[in-house]
Amino acid sequence: MKYIKFFLVGILFGIVMSKAEIISWYRIYEMFKFQSFHMYGVIGSAVMLGMISMFLFRKKVVKTFEGNDIHVKPKKRGMYRNLLGGILFGLGWALAGACPGPMFVLVGKGVVSILVVIFGATLGAFLYGLSKDKIPH
Amino acid sequence: MEFITQPWAWYVAGPVIAFIMFLLFYFGERFGMSSNLETFCSIGGAGKFVDYFKIDWKQNSWNLIFVAGAITGGFIASYWLSPSDTVMLNPQTVQDLADIGIANAGKTYLPDEIFSIDTMLSLKGFFILLIAGIMVGFGARWAGGCTSGHAIVGLSNLEIPSLISVIGFFIGGLVMTWLILPLIF
Repeated sequence: MKYIKFFLVGILFGIVMSKAEIISWYRIYEMFKFQSFHMYGVIGSAVMLGMISMFLFRKKVVKTFEGNDIHVKPKKRGMYRNLLGGILFGLGWALAGACPGPMFVLVGKGVVSILVVIFGATLGAFLYGLSKDKIPH
Repeated sequence: MEFITQPWAWYVAGPVIAFIMFLLFYFGERFGMSSNLETFCSIGGAGKFVDYFKIDWKQNSWNLIFVAGAITGGFIASYWLSPSDTVMLNPQTVQDLADIGIANAGKTYLPDEIFSIDTMLSLKGFFILLIAGIMVGFGARWAGGCTSGHAIVGLSNLEIPSLISVIGFFIGGLVMTWLILPLIF
């Protein structure tokens, strides 16, 4: 039962990704062509409101439903990791027109071919684990 | 009801996404989609080959449930909340896509030239989908996050690693969109 809330939040995520057309390949293409404000507005407004959330967490105004403080664990540092990993991700994002969230939402839409992309992404994560000691971070 | 069935504007979607992030923190977890890819590897037995995947994946169960919800939400939105499958695009975008070999841009959510069943079953089409996926998966885990973990949560938390990653996302995305996509189709 403790998982049902994550299922419901996931449903909301799938609906907003679909209804705002964020799962559309074209929305990612036009973003990288600077031909529409849509995706910049989506990410920009989410980050603006996200900053306010983070402030409330840091000031302990908002705690978890169990009353614990919310600590946002910082991301790992490393110029190579972030920049090179980011570039590789961006290449794939613009080609597939989908990042890991929308990939799953597209399954619900009934797009069979996205399963190949998800398989590739899982394989990519595996290949990262396999080679991580040999690549720069 | 029309408010629901028409496409949602950015100023609706952005706040809803921020609310989702907020709810996940409130429930004691952190918004991040690409870590599920590692969980898939662990469940599939990748720990036998690489220690990196020897994790107790059950602690990530909540995120798999979230994925199940996302799939369900995609189904609900597509079949019950969306009377039309067209995407309104800038005429310039439609023209640019026609010029590089992608016809009928915006008629549906996805271009047939990449996502149709026929394309998937062709050698070239299959490898485009597979390689795009590999780059997303490898890149996201290398960078330590994807759009959700870095661009939404990381930037909200004013983290330098996330800013660098997002700059990387854009370098890669611009190179693909402007230089590589015109050569593919």
